[in-house]
Amino acid sequence: MTGSAVHEHTSALNDVEVVRIRNDFPILEQHVNGKPLVYLDSGATSQNPFSVMEAEQEYYEQRNSAVHRGAHTLAVAATDSFEDARETVAAFIGAETNELVWTQNATAGLNLIAYSFGNASVGAVSAQAQRFALSAGDEVLVTEMEHHANLIPWQEVCRRTGATLRYIPVHDDGTLDMDAAANLLNERTKVFSFTHVSNVTGVINPVSELTALAHAAGALVVLDACQSAPHLPLDVKALDVDFAVFSGHKMLGPTGIGGLYGRAELLDAMPPFLTGGSMITTVTMDRAEYLPAPQRFEAGTQPISQAVALAAAANYLHETGMERIHDWEASLGQRLVSGLEAIEGIRVLGPASGIPRAGLASFEVAGVHAHDVGQYLDAAGIAVRVGHHCAQPLHRRLGLNASTRASTYLYNTSADVDAFLAAVAGLRGYFGVEGE
Amino acid sequence: MSSLDSLYQQIILEESKTRRGADLPNEQLQGLHLPQNVGQCHQLNPVCGDEITLRIETASDAVSGIHWAGDGCAISMASASILSDMVVGLERAEVHALIGNFREVMRSRGKLEADEDLLGDAAALSGVSKYPARVKCAMLAWVAAEDALNQTS
Repeated sequence: MTGSAVHEHTSALNDVEVVRIRNDFPILEQHVNGKPLVYLDSGATSQNPFSVMEAEQEYYEQRNSAVHRGAHTLAVAATDSFEDARETVAAFIGAETNELVWTQNATAGLNLIAYSFGNASVGAVSAQAQRFALSAGDEVLVTEMEHHANLIPWQEVCRRTGATLRYIPVHDDGTLDMDAAANLLNERTKVFSFTHVSNVTGVINPVSELTALAHAAGALVVLDACQSAPHLPLDVKALDVDFAVFSGHKMLGPTGIGGLYGRAELLDAMPPFLTGGSMITTVTMDRAEYLPAPQRFEAGTQPISQAVALAAAANYLHETGMERIHDWEASLGQRLVSGLEAIEGIRVLGPASGIPRAGLASFEVAGVHAHDVGQYLDAAGIAVRVGHHCAQPLHRRLGLNASTRASTYLYNTSADVDAFLAAVAGLRGYFGVEGE
Repeated sequence: MSSLDSLYQQIILEESKTRRGADLPNEQLQGLHLPQNVGQCHQLNPVCGDEITLRIETASDAVSGIHWAGDGCAISMASASILSDMVVGLERAEVHALIGNFREVMRSRGKLEADEDLLGDAAALSGVSKYPARVKCAMLAWVAAEDALNQTS
Protein backbone atom coordinates (compact mmCIF):
# COMPACT_ATOMS: atom_id res chain seq x y z
CA MET A 1 0.00 0.00 0.00
CA THR A 2 1.46 3.31 -1.04
CA GLY A 3 -1.29 5.50 0.40
CA SER A 4 -0.40 7.70 3.32
CA ALA A 5 -3.90 8.32 4.59
CA VAL A 6 -3.88 7.16 8.15
CA HIS A 7 -7.29 8.14 9.37
CA GLU A 8 -9.76 6.63 11.81
CA HIS A 9 -11.85 4.05 10.05
CA THR A 10 -14.47 3.32 12.59
CA SER A 11 -16.53 6.49 12.89
CA ALA A 12 -18.20 8.75 10.36
CA LEU A 13 -16.11 11.43 8.69
CA ASN A 14 -16.44 14.82 10.34
CA ASP A 15 -14.99 18.30 9.98
CA VAL A 16 -12.13 17.59 12.38
CA GLU A 17 -10.92 14.62 10.37
CA VAL A 18 -11.52 16.39 7.05
CA VAL A 19 -9.25 19.21 8.20
CA ARG A 20 -6.58 16.53 8.79
CA ILE A 21 -7.26 15.04 5.35
CA ARG A 22 -6.75 18.46 3.79
CA ASN A 23 -3.16 18.45 5.05
CA ASP A 24 -2.49 15.71 2.51
CA PHE A 25 -3.52 18.04 -0.34
CA PRO A 26 -0.96 20.85 -0.68
CA ILE A 27 -2.84 22.70 -3.44
CA LEU A 28 -5.74 23.43 -1.10
CA GLU A 29 -3.57 25.57 1.18
CA GLN A 30 -3.27 28.48 -1.21
CA HIS A 31 -5.09 31.79 -1.44
CA VAL A 32 -6.92 32.77 -4.64
CA ASN A 33 -7.67 36.44 -5.26
CA GLY A 34 -6.66 37.18 -1.69
CA LYS A 35 -9.08 34.65 -0.20
CA PRO A 36 -8.47 31.11 1.07
CA LEU A 37 -9.21 28.72 -1.79
CA VAL A 38 -12.57 26.98 -1.53
CA TYR A 39 -12.35 24.23 -4.11
CA LEU A 40 -15.82 23.05 -5.17
CA ASP A 41 -15.03 21.74 -8.63
CA SER A 42 -14.01 18.15 -7.93
CA GLY A 43 -16.78 16.95 -10.24
CA ALA A 44 -14.63 18.35 -13.05
CA THR A 45 -11.26 17.33 -11.67
CA SER A 46 -10.09 16.37 -8.19
CA GLN A 47 -6.88 17.28 -6.38
CA ASN A 48 -3.96 14.95 -5.64
CA PRO A 49 -2.72 13.94 -2.19
CA PHE A 50 1.04 13.76 -1.53
CA SER A 51 0.98 9.95 -1.76
CA VAL A 52 -0.23 10.08 -5.38
CA MET A 53 2.35 12.61 -6.49
CA GLU A 54 5.08 10.74 -4.59
CA ALA A 55 4.13 7.44 -6.24
CA GLU A 56 4.53 8.99 -9.68
CA GLN A 57 7.83 10.63 -8.76
CA GLU A 58 9.14 7.46 -7.14
CA TYR A 59 8.31 5.49 -10.27
CA TYR A 60 10.34 7.90 -12.42
CA GLU A 61 13.21 7.99 -9.94
CA GLN A 62 13.46 4.22 -9.46
CA ARG A 63 11.82 2.10 -12.15
CA ASN A 64 10.94 4.04 -15.30
CA SER A 65 11.12 1.68 -18.26
CA ALA A 66 9.02 0.12 -21.02
CA VAL A 67 6.59 -2.53 -19.78
CA HIS A 68 5.85 -5.96 -21.25
CA ARG A 69 8.92 -5.92 -23.51
CA GLY A 70 12.53 -6.19 -22.51
CA ALA A 71 14.36 -8.48 -20.16
CA HIS A 72 16.38 -6.00 -18.13
CA THR A 73 15.84 -5.39 -14.45
CA LEU A 74 14.18 -2.00 -14.77
CA ALA A 75 11.76 -3.32 -17.39
CA VAL A 76 10.74 -6.11 -15.05
CA ALA A 77 10.30 -3.70 -12.13
CA ALA A 78 8.24 -1.32 -14.27
CA THR A 79 6.05 -4.16 -15.52
CA ASP A 80 5.51 -5.35 -11.94
CA SER A 81 4.49 -1.84 -10.84
CA PHE A 82 2.19 -1.44 -13.82
CA GLU A 83 0.44 -4.77 -13.27
CA ASP A 84 0.31 -4.34 -9.47
CA ALA A 85 -1.46 -1.05 -10.14
CA ARG A 86 -3.98 -2.87 -12.32
CA GLU A 87 -4.64 -5.37 -9.54
CA THR A 88 -5.15 -2.58 -6.99
CA VAL A 89 -7.50 -0.51 -9.14
CA ALA A 90 -9.43 -3.56 -10.36
CA ALA A 91 -9.98 -4.65 -6.75
CA PHE A 92 -11.08 -1.09 -5.92
CA ILE A 93 -14.08 -1.46 -8.26
CA GLY A 94 -14.71 -5.15 -7.51
CA ALA A 95 -13.28 -6.50 -10.77
CA GLU A 96 -10.82 -9.28 -11.59
CA THR A 97 -7.39 -8.01 -12.60
CA ASN A 98 -7.68 -9.13 -16.24
CA GLU A 99 -11.00 -7.29 -16.54
CA LEU A 100 -9.49 -3.82 -16.19
CA VAL A 101 -8.24 -2.08 -19.34
CA TRP A 102 -6.27 1.14 -18.94
CA THR A 103 -7.67 3.99 -20.98
CA GLN A 104 -6.93 7.70 -21.15
CA ASN A 105 -10.13 8.50 -19.26
CA ALA A 106 -13.84 7.60 -19.23
CA THR A 107 -14.38 9.30 -22.59
CA ALA A 108 -11.74 7.09 -24.16
CA GLY A 109 -13.28 4.03 -22.50
CA LEU A 110 -16.73 4.77 -23.91
CA ASN A 111 -15.27 5.39 -27.35
CA LEU A 112 -13.34 2.13 -27.11
CA ILE A 113 -16.56 0.20 -26.51
CA ALA A 114 -18.53 2.03 -29.21
CA TYR A 115 -15.72 1.69 -31.78
CA SER A 116 -15.19 -1.96 -30.93
CA PHE A 117 -18.89 -2.62 -31.50
CA GLY A 118 -18.64 -0.61 -34.71
CA ASN A 119 -15.69 -2.76 -35.80
CA ALA A 120 -17.78 -5.87 -35.07
CA SER A 121 -20.44 -4.46 -37.42
CA VAL A 122 -18.39 -4.23 -40.63
CA GLY A 123 -16.54 -6.72 -42.80
CA ALA A 124 -15.68 -10.27 -41.85
CA VAL A 125 -15.46 -10.76 -38.10
CA SER A 126 -15.13 -13.80 -35.89
CA ALA A 127 -18.26 -15.66 -34.85
CA GLN A 128 -17.74 -14.56 -31.25
CA ALA A 129 -17.46 -10.89 -32.27
CA GLN A 130 -20.77 -11.00 -34.12
CA ARG A 131 -22.75 -10.68 -30.91
CA PHE A 132 -21.55 -7.06 -30.69
CA ALA A 133 -22.57 -6.18 -34.25
CA LEU A 134 -25.11 -3.38 -34.73
CA SER A 135 -27.27 -2.92 -37.79
CA ALA A 136 -30.54 -1.36 -38.95
CA GLY A 137 -33.35 -2.42 -36.63
CA ASP A 138 -31.08 -2.62 -33.58
CA GLU A 139 -31.37 -0.01 -30.86
CA VAL A 140 -28.82 1.62 -28.61
CA LEU A 141 -30.36 3.16 -25.50
CA VAL A 142 -29.01 6.02 -23.38
CA THR A 143 -30.67 8.52 -21.04
CA GLU A 144 -31.45 12.20 -21.31
CA MET A 145 -29.07 12.96 -18.44
CA GLU A 146 -25.91 11.68 -20.14
CA HIS A 147 -22.64 13.58 -20.35
CA HIS A 148 -21.76 14.18 -24.00
CA ALA A 149 -19.07 11.49 -23.61
CA ASN A 150 -21.78 8.88 -23.17
CA LEU A 151 -23.93 10.22 -25.98
CA ILE A 152 -21.83 11.20 -28.97
CA PRO A 153 -19.87 7.92 -29.33
CA TRP A 154 -23.25 6.16 -29.57
CA GLN A 155 -24.61 8.73 -32.03
CA GLU A 156 -21.59 8.04 -34.18
CA VAL A 157 -21.72 4.24 -34.04
CA CYS A 158 -25.45 4.37 -34.84
CA ARG A 159 -24.74 6.64 -37.79
CA ARG A 160 -22.12 4.21 -39.08
CA THR A 161 -24.14 1.03 -38.59
CA GLY A 162 -27.74 2.14 -39.19
CA ALA A 163 -28.80 1.26 -35.65
CA THR A 164 -31.26 3.60 -33.90
CA LEU A 165 -30.28 5.68 -30.86
CA ARG A 166 -33.05 6.13 -28.30
CA TYR A 167 -33.09 7.75 -24.89
CA ILE A 168 -34.96 7.47 -21.61
CA PRO A 169 -36.36 10.88 -20.63
CA VAL A 170 -35.99 12.44 -17.18
CA HIS A 171 -38.65 13.94 -14.92
CA ASP A 172 -38.68 17.63 -13.98
CA ASP A 173 -36.65 16.81 -10.86
CA GLY A 174 -33.94 15.21 -12.99
CA THR A 175 -34.72 11.61 -11.98
CA LEU A 176 -35.04 8.95 -14.64
CA ASP A 177 -38.49 8.03 -15.96
CA MET A 178 -38.50 4.36 -14.91
CA ASP A 179 -41.80 3.61 -16.67
CA ALA A 180 -40.28 4.82 -19.92
CA ALA A 181 -37.15 2.78 -19.16
CA ALA A 182 -39.22 -0.39 -18.88
CA ASN A 183 -40.90 0.37 -22.23
CA LEU A 184 -37.76 1.40 -24.08
CA LEU A 185 -35.77 -1.67 -23.06
CA ASN A 186 -37.02 -4.29 -25.51
CA GLU A 187 -35.79 -7.12 -27.71
CA ARG A 188 -34.33 -4.60 -30.19
CA THR A 189 -32.10 -3.03 -27.53
CA LYS A 190 -28.52 -4.25 -28.04
CA VAL A 191 -26.73 -1.82 -25.73
CA PHE A 192 -27.92 0.25 -22.79
CA SER A 193 -25.37 2.80 -21.66
CA PHE A 194 -26.16 5.10 -18.76
CA THR A 195 -24.56 7.13 -16.03
CA HIS A 196 -24.43 5.95 -12.44
CA VAL A 197 -24.55 9.51 -11.04
CA SER A 198 -25.58 12.61 -12.99
CA ASN A 199 -22.76 15.16 -13.16
CA VAL A 200 -25.39 17.94 -13.24
CA THR A 201 -28.19 17.00 -10.84
CA GLY A 202 -26.38 14.55 -8.57
CA VAL A 203 -29.17 12.03 -9.19
CA ILE A 204 -28.02 8.49 -8.35
CA ASN A 205 -29.58 6.03 -10.77
CA PRO A 206 -30.91 2.63 -9.61
CA VAL A 207 -28.21 0.64 -11.39
CA SER A 208 -29.24 -2.85 -10.27
CA GLU A 209 -32.86 -2.32 -11.26
CA LEU A 210 -31.95 -0.88 -14.67
CA THR A 211 -29.38 -3.60 -15.29
CA ALA A 212 -31.92 -6.33 -14.49
CA LEU A 213 -34.39 -4.78 -16.96
CA ALA A 214 -31.70 -4.53 -19.62
CA HIS A 215 -30.48 -8.09 -19.16
CA ALA A 216 -34.04 -9.39 -19.28
CA ALA A 217 -34.28 -7.69 -22.67
CA GLY A 218 -30.98 -9.21 -23.76
CA ALA A 219 -29.06 -5.93 -23.86
CA LEU A 220 -25.46 -5.33 -22.82
CA VAL A 221 -25.09 -2.78 -20.02
CA VAL A 222 -22.44 -0.05 -20.01
CA LEU A 223 -22.13 2.02 -16.83
CA ASP A 224 -20.57 5.48 -16.86
CA ALA A 225 -19.04 5.42 -13.39
CA CYS A 226 -17.15 8.68 -13.82
CA GLN A 227 -19.08 10.41 -11.01
CA SER A 228 -19.53 7.32 -8.85
CA ALA A 229 -16.20 5.46 -8.72
CA PRO A 230 -14.55 8.42 -6.92
CA HIS A 231 -17.38 8.99 -4.48
CA LEU A 232 -19.10 5.78 -3.39
CA PRO A 233 -18.30 2.10 -2.89
CA LEU A 234 -18.42 0.66 -6.41
CA ASP A 235 -18.75 -3.07 -7.00
CA VAL A 236 -19.21 -3.80 -10.67
CA LYS A 237 -19.84 -7.50 -9.99
CA ALA A 238 -22.55 -6.82 -7.43
CA LEU A 239 -24.18 -4.32 -9.83
CA ASP A 240 -23.90 -6.97 -12.56
CA VAL A 241 -23.04 -4.45 -15.29
CA ASP A 242 -21.21 -5.72 -18.37
CA PHE A 243 -18.93 -2.70 -18.76
CA ALA A 244 -18.01 0.30 -16.65
CA VAL A 245 -15.74 3.30 -17.26
CA PHE A 246 -14.13 5.87 -14.99
CA SER A 247 -11.50 8.64 -15.00
CA GLY A 248 -8.46 8.74 -12.73
CA HIS A 249 -8.28 12.51 -12.42
CA LYS A 250 -11.72 12.63 -10.80
CA MET A 251 -10.60 10.21 -8.05
CA LEU A 252 -7.44 11.86 -6.70
CA GLY A 253 -5.31 10.50 -9.55
CA PRO A 254 -3.40 12.17 -12.36
CA THR A 255 -4.82 13.13 -15.76
CA GLY A 256 -4.30 10.80 -18.71
CA ILE A 257 -5.35 7.60 -16.98
CA GLY A 258 -8.70 5.92 -16.57
CA GLY A 259 -10.20 2.49 -16.60
CA LEU A 260 -12.57 0.31 -18.57
CA TYR A 261 -14.05 -2.68 -16.81
CA GLY A 262 -15.55 -5.43 -18.95
CA ARG A 263 -16.60 -8.96 -18.15
CA ALA A 264 -13.67 -11.14 -19.20
CA GLU A 265 -15.56 -13.23 -21.75
CA LEU A 266 -16.87 -10.07 -23.41
CA LEU A 267 -13.52 -8.30 -23.58
CA ASP A 268 -11.83 -11.37 -25.03
CA ALA A 269 -14.50 -11.65 -27.73
CA MET A 270 -14.61 -8.00 -28.76
CA PRO A 271 -12.66 -6.73 -31.77
CA PRO A 272 -9.84 -4.35 -30.85
CA PHE A 273 -10.17 -0.60 -31.29
CA LEU A 274 -6.66 0.87 -31.41
CA THR A 275 -4.19 -1.55 -32.97
CA GLY A 276 -0.41 -1.71 -33.05
CA GLY A 277 2.38 -2.82 -30.78
CA SER A 278 1.99 -4.76 -27.52
CA MET A 279 -1.50 -6.09 -28.26
CA ILE A 280 -0.66 -8.91 -30.70
CA THR A 281 0.60 -12.49 -30.78
CA THR A 282 1.53 -13.27 -34.40
CA VAL A 283 1.85 -10.65 -37.14
CA THR A 284 2.41 -11.28 -40.83
CA MET A 285 2.31 -8.79 -43.68
CA ASP A 286 -1.32 -9.74 -44.24
CA ARG A 287 -2.88 -10.03 -40.81
CA ALA A 288 -2.47 -10.20 -37.04
CA GLU A 289 -3.64 -12.28 -34.09
CA TYR A 290 -4.55 -10.44 -30.93
CA LEU A 291 -3.78 -11.01 -27.28
CA PRO A 292 -6.61 -11.55 -24.83
CA ALA A 293 -7.80 -8.65 -22.68
CA PRO A 294 -6.57 -6.43 -21.22
CA GLN A 295 -3.51 -6.23 -23.53
CA ARG A 296 -5.85 -6.64 -26.51
CA PHE A 297 -6.98 -3.03 -25.91
CA GLU A 298 -3.66 -1.52 -24.86
CA ALA A 299 -1.83 -0.76 -28.09
CA GLY A 300 1.36 1.25 -27.84
CA THR A 301 3.23 2.47 -24.79
CA GLN A 302 0.83 2.88 -21.91
CA PRO A 303 0.53 5.64 -19.27
CA ILE A 304 2.62 3.67 -16.79
CA SER A 305 3.46 6.27 -14.15
CA GLN A 306 -0.15 7.45 -14.25
CA ALA A 307 -1.39 3.91 -13.60
CA VAL A 308 0.99 3.62 -10.65
CA ALA A 309 -0.24 6.96 -9.29
CA LEU A 310 -3.87 5.99 -9.81
CA ALA A 311 -3.28 2.88 -7.72
CA ALA A 312 -1.93 5.14 -4.96
CA ALA A 313 -5.12 7.19 -5.26
CA ALA A 314 -7.27 4.06 -4.99
CA ASN A 315 -5.30 3.07 -1.88
CA TYR A 316 -5.82 6.49 -0.35
CA LEU A 317 -9.57 6.31 -0.98
CA HIS A 318 -9.79 2.72 0.25
CA GLU A 319 -7.91 3.51 3.44
CA THR A 320 -10.13 6.49 4.12
CA GLY A 321 -13.18 4.33 3.42
CA MET A 322 -15.54 4.74 0.47
CA GLU A 323 -18.63 4.31 2.62
CA ARG A 324 -17.48 7.12 4.91
CA ILE A 325 -16.57 9.32 1.96
CA HIS A 326 -19.99 8.74 0.43
CA ASP A 327 -21.80 9.52 3.67
CA TRP A 328 -19.77 12.69 4.24
CA GLU A 329 -20.36 13.97 0.71
CA ALA A 330 -24.06 13.12 0.95
CA SER A 331 -24.27 15.35 4.03
CA LEU A 332 -22.39 18.13 2.22
CA GLY A 333 -24.76 17.71 -0.74
CA GLN A 334 -27.76 18.18 1.52
CA ARG A 335 -26.11 21.19 3.15
CA LEU A 336 -25.55 22.68 -0.30
CA VAL A 337 -29.11 22.12 -1.48
CA SER A 338 -30.94 23.22 1.65
CA GLY A 339 -28.69 26.30 1.85
CA LEU A 340 -29.30 27.21 -1.79
CA GLU A 341 -33.05 26.66 -1.45
CA ALA A 342 -33.11 29.24 1.33
CA ILE A 343 -31.65 31.98 -0.93
CA GLU A 344 -34.12 34.06 -2.92
CA GLY A 345 -33.88 33.78 -6.69
CA ILE A 346 -31.99 30.47 -6.68
CA ARG A 347 -33.36 27.42 -8.46
CA VAL A 348 -31.61 24.16 -7.68
CA LEU A 349 -31.57 21.57 -10.48
CA GLY A 350 -32.40 18.01 -9.53
CA PRO A 351 -33.95 16.57 -6.40
CA ALA A 352 -35.05 18.87 -3.56
CA SER A 353 -33.36 18.83 -0.17
CA GLY A 354 -34.05 15.72 1.87
CA ILE A 355 -33.95 13.48 -1.20
CA PRO A 356 -30.73 11.52 -1.73
CA ARG A 357 -28.21 12.97 -4.17
CA ALA A 358 -24.47 12.98 -4.64
CA GLY A 359 -22.39 15.70 -2.96
CA LEU A 360 -22.97 18.30 -5.62
CA ALA A 361 -25.55 20.89 -6.61
CA SER A 362 -26.16 22.78 -9.85
CA PHE A 363 -28.31 25.86 -9.80
CA GLU A 364 -29.64 28.83 -11.70
CA VAL A 365 -29.56 32.39 -10.36
CA ALA A 366 -32.49 34.51 -11.57
CA GLY A 367 -31.17 37.47 -13.55
CA VAL A 368 -27.50 36.46 -13.39
CA HIS A 369 -25.85 34.33 -16.05
CA ALA A 370 -23.82 31.34 -14.86
CA HIS A 371 -20.63 32.79 -16.31
CA ASP A 372 -21.04 35.90 -14.16
CA VAL A 373 -21.86 33.73 -11.14
CA GLY A 374 -18.59 31.86 -11.60
CA GLN A 375 -16.62 35.09 -11.97
CA TYR A 376 -18.15 36.56 -8.82
CA LEU A 377 -17.43 33.41 -6.82
CA ASP A 378 -13.86 33.24 -8.16
CA ALA A 379 -13.25 36.73 -6.80
CA ALA A 380 -14.23 35.28 -3.41
CA GLY A 381 -11.70 32.45 -3.86
CA ILE A 382 -14.41 29.91 -4.63
CA ALA A 383 -13.87 27.56 -7.59
CA VAL A 384 -17.03 26.20 -9.22
CA ARG A 385 -17.96 24.99 -12.69
CA VAL A 386 -20.16 27.07 -14.99
CA GLY A 387 -21.73 26.26 -18.33
CA HIS A 388 -23.60 23.22 -19.58
CA HIS A 389 -21.21 20.75 -17.92
CA CYS A 390 -21.06 18.75 -21.17
CA ALA A 391 -24.77 17.94 -20.79
CA GLN A 392 -26.57 20.22 -23.23
CA PRO A 393 -29.62 17.95 -23.74
CA LEU A 394 -30.24 17.77 -19.97
CA HIS A 395 -29.94 21.55 -19.60
CA ARG A 396 -32.36 22.04 -22.51
CA ARG A 397 -34.77 19.60 -20.85
CA LEU A 398 -34.56 21.55 -17.60
CA GLY A 399 -35.17 24.80 -19.49
CA LEU A 400 -31.81 26.56 -19.44
CA ASN A 401 -28.55 26.92 -21.36
CA ALA A 402 -26.11 26.99 -18.51
CA SER A 403 -25.90 26.51 -14.77
CA THR A 404 -23.39 26.79 -11.95
CA ARG A 405 -22.21 23.65 -10.17
CA ALA A 406 -20.61 23.25 -6.78
CA SER A 407 -19.21 19.74 -6.30
CA THR A 408 -17.56 18.39 -3.16
CA TYR A 409 -15.06 15.70 -2.27
CA LEU A 410 -13.59 14.12 0.84
CA TYR A 411 -11.41 17.19 1.50
CA ASN A 412 -14.30 19.68 1.66
CA THR A 413 -15.50 20.91 5.04
CA SER A 414 -18.88 22.24 6.15
CA ALA A 415 -17.11 25.61 6.30
CA ASP A 416 -16.36 25.34 2.56
CA VAL A 417 -20.07 24.90 1.85
CA ASP A 418 -20.99 27.74 4.19
CA ALA A 419 -18.47 30.12 2.59
CA PHE A 420 -19.93 29.25 -0.78
CA LEU A 421 -23.53 29.80 0.41
CA ALA A 422 -22.61 33.16 1.96
CA ALA A 423 -21.08 34.29 -1.33
CA VAL A 424 -24.09 33.11 -3.36
CA ALA A 425 -26.37 35.07 -1.02
CA GLY A 426 -24.62 38.28 -2.12
CA LEU A 427 -24.82 37.60 -5.84
CA ARG A 428 -28.11 39.13 -6.89
CA GLY A 429 -27.49 42.26 -4.87
CA TYR A 430 -24.11 42.76 -6.55
CA PHE A 431 -25.58 42.39 -10.02
CA GLY A 432 -28.50 44.66 -9.16
CA VAL A 433 -31.27 42.15 -9.82
CA GLU A 434 -32.52 41.71 -6.26
CA GLY A 435 -36.30 41.97 -6.03
CA GLU A 436 -36.68 41.75 -9.82
CA MET B 1 -11.94 49.55 -7.10
CA SER B 2 -11.60 45.76 -6.72
CA SER B 3 -10.74 43.87 -9.88
CA LEU B 4 -14.23 42.41 -9.86
CA ASP B 5 -15.67 45.92 -9.76
CA SER B 6 -13.41 46.98 -12.62
CA LEU B 7 -14.81 44.08 -14.63
CA TYR B 8 -18.42 44.75 -13.73
CA GLN B 9 -18.51 48.54 -13.87
CA GLN B 10 -21.90 50.13 -13.23
CA ILE B 11 -22.32 51.02 -16.90
CA ILE B 12 -21.80 47.35 -17.84
CA LEU B 13 -24.37 46.10 -15.35
CA GLU B 14 -26.84 48.69 -16.67
CA GLU B 15 -26.16 48.05 -20.35
CA SER B 16 -26.49 44.30 -19.78
CA LYS B 17 -30.10 44.94 -18.79
CA THR B 18 -30.88 47.76 -21.27
CA ARG B 19 -29.72 45.62 -24.19
CA ARG B 20 -29.97 48.34 -26.82
CA GLY B 21 -30.56 46.95 -30.29
CA ALA B 22 -31.93 43.65 -28.97
CA ASP B 23 -35.02 43.83 -31.15
CA LEU B 24 -34.40 41.28 -33.88
CA PRO B 25 -37.68 39.34 -34.11
CA ASN B 26 -37.65 35.57 -33.62
CA GLU B 27 -38.98 34.89 -37.12
CA GLN B 28 -35.96 36.73 -38.56
CA LEU B 29 -33.31 34.60 -36.84
CA GLN B 30 -32.73 32.47 -39.92
CA GLY B 31 -31.78 35.55 -41.92
CA LEU B 32 -33.38 34.28 -45.12
CA HIS B 33 -33.73 36.40 -48.27
CA LEU B 34 -31.79 39.40 -47.00
CA PRO B 35 -31.22 42.23 -49.49
CA GLN B 36 -27.63 43.02 -50.46
CA ASN B 37 -27.35 45.94 -48.09
CA VAL B 38 -28.15 43.73 -45.07
CA GLY B 39 -25.86 41.15 -43.42
CA GLN B 40 -26.55 38.82 -40.53
CA CYS B 41 -24.35 36.58 -38.41
CA HIS B 42 -24.89 34.02 -35.64
CA GLN B 43 -22.16 33.53 -33.04
CA LEU B 44 -22.09 30.96 -30.27
CA ASN B 45 -19.59 30.49 -27.48
CA PRO B 46 -19.87 26.74 -26.83
CA VAL B 47 -17.98 27.03 -23.54
CA CYS B 48 -20.70 28.97 -21.76
CA GLY B 49 -23.61 29.11 -24.19
CA ASP B 50 -23.42 32.85 -24.93
CA GLU B 51 -25.27 33.31 -28.19
CA ILE B 52 -26.09 36.18 -30.52
CA THR B 53 -27.68 36.67 -33.92
CA LEU B 54 -26.79 40.14 -35.14
CA ARG B 55 -27.99 42.01 -38.23
CA ILE B 56 -26.41 45.07 -39.79
CA GLU B 57 -28.15 47.29 -42.34
CA THR B 58 -26.18 49.64 -44.55
CA ALA B 59 -27.06 52.63 -46.72
CA SER B 60 -24.53 54.37 -49.01
CA ASP B 61 -21.60 52.62 -47.32
CA ALA B 62 -22.55 53.55 -43.78
CA VAL B 63 -24.31 51.54 -41.10
CA SER B 64 -27.95 52.55 -40.98
CA GLY B 65 -29.27 50.01 -38.50
CA ILE B 66 -28.25 47.22 -36.10
CA HIS B 67 -30.57 44.63 -34.56
CA TRP B 68 -29.80 41.52 -32.57
CA ALA B 69 -31.24 38.72 -30.50
CA GLY B 70 -29.25 36.76 -27.98
CA ASP B 71 -28.65 35.61 -24.49
CA GLY B 72 -25.58 35.35 -22.38
CA CYS B 73 -23.54 36.75 -19.53
CA ALA B 74 -23.53 40.39 -18.46
CA ILE B 75 -20.30 41.05 -20.35
CA SER B 76 -21.59 39.72 -23.67
CA MET B 77 -24.96 41.44 -23.40
CA ALA B 78 -23.50 44.79 -22.29
CA SER B 79 -20.96 44.61 -25.08
CA ALA B 80 -23.69 44.04 -27.68
CA SER B 81 -25.72 46.90 -26.25
CA ILE B 82 -22.79 49.34 -26.26
CA LEU B 83 -21.80 48.33 -29.79
CA SER B 84 -25.36 48.89 -31.00
CA ASP B 85 -25.26 52.41 -29.64
CA MET B 86 -22.00 53.22 -31.37
CA VAL B 87 -22.07 51.98 -34.93
CA VAL B 88 -25.15 53.53 -36.48
CA GLY B 89 -24.04 56.34 -38.79
CA LEU B 90 -20.42 55.17 -39.02
CA GLU B 91 -18.80 54.57 -42.41
CA ARG B 92 -17.78 50.99 -43.20
CA ALA B 93 -14.09 51.78 -42.73
CA GLU B 94 -14.77 53.47 -39.41
CA VAL B 95 -16.62 50.39 -38.13
CA HIS B 96 -13.72 48.15 -39.12
CA ALA B 97 -11.25 50.48 -37.39
CA LEU B 98 -13.41 50.53 -34.27
CA ILE B 99 -13.69 46.74 -34.15
CA GLY B 100 -9.96 46.38 -34.80
CA ASN B 101 -9.12 48.73 -31.96
CA PHE B 102 -11.53 47.02 -29.58
CA ARG B 103 -10.08 43.60 -30.43
CA GLU B 104 -6.55 44.86 -29.83
CA VAL B 105 -7.49 46.18 -26.38
CA MET B 106 -9.36 42.98 -25.49
CA ARG B 107 -6.41 40.78 -26.44
CA SER B 108 -3.87 42.89 -24.57
CA ARG B 109 -4.18 41.04 -21.24
CA GLY B 110 -4.68 44.39 -19.52
CA LYS B 111 -1.58 45.99 -21.08
CA LEU B 112 -3.33 48.44 -23.43
CA GLU B 113 -5.15 51.47 -22.08
CA ALA B 114 -8.49 51.89 -23.83
CA ASP B 115 -8.78 55.18 -25.76
CA GLU B 116 -12.09 56.62 -24.62
CA ASP B 117 -12.19 59.08 -27.52
CA LEU B 118 -12.09 56.15 -29.90
CA LEU B 119 -14.00 53.49 -27.99
CA GLY B 120 -16.51 55.61 -26.06
CA ASP B 121 -18.56 53.52 -23.63
CA ALA B 122 -16.84 50.39 -24.91
CA ALA B 123 -13.75 51.56 -23.02
CA ALA B 124 -15.59 50.44 -19.88
CA LEU B 125 -15.11 46.88 -21.13
CA SER B 126 -11.33 47.18 -21.01
CA GLY B 127 -11.31 45.47 -17.58
CA VAL B 128 -12.30 42.29 -19.42
CA SER B 129 -8.88 42.07 -21.04
CA LYS B 130 -7.37 40.97 -17.73
CA TYR B 131 -9.65 37.92 -17.77
CA PRO B 132 -8.64 35.83 -20.80
CA ALA B 133 -11.58 33.47 -20.24
CA ARG B 134 -14.01 36.37 -20.68
CA VAL B 135 -12.55 38.03 -23.79
CA LYS B 136 -14.73 35.87 -26.02
CA CYS B 137 -17.79 37.12 -24.15
CA ALA B 138 -16.91 40.73 -24.86
CA MET B 139 -15.97 40.02 -28.48
CA LEU B 140 -19.08 37.99 -29.36
CA ALA B 141 -21.22 40.83 -30.76
CA TRP B 142 -18.24 42.54 -32.36
CA VAL B 143 -17.21 39.41 -34.26
CA ALA B 144 -20.82 39.01 -35.39
CA ALA B 145 -20.96 42.67 -36.51
CA GLU B 146 -17.72 42.34 -38.46
CA ASP B 147 -18.97 39.27 -40.29
CA ALA B 148 -22.43 40.77 -40.92
CA LEU B 149 -20.90 43.95 -42.30
CA ASN B 150 -18.60 41.96 -44.62
CA GLN B 151 -21.66 40.30 -46.13
CA THR B 152 -23.10 43.62 -47.27
CA SER B 153 -22.26 45.49 -50.42
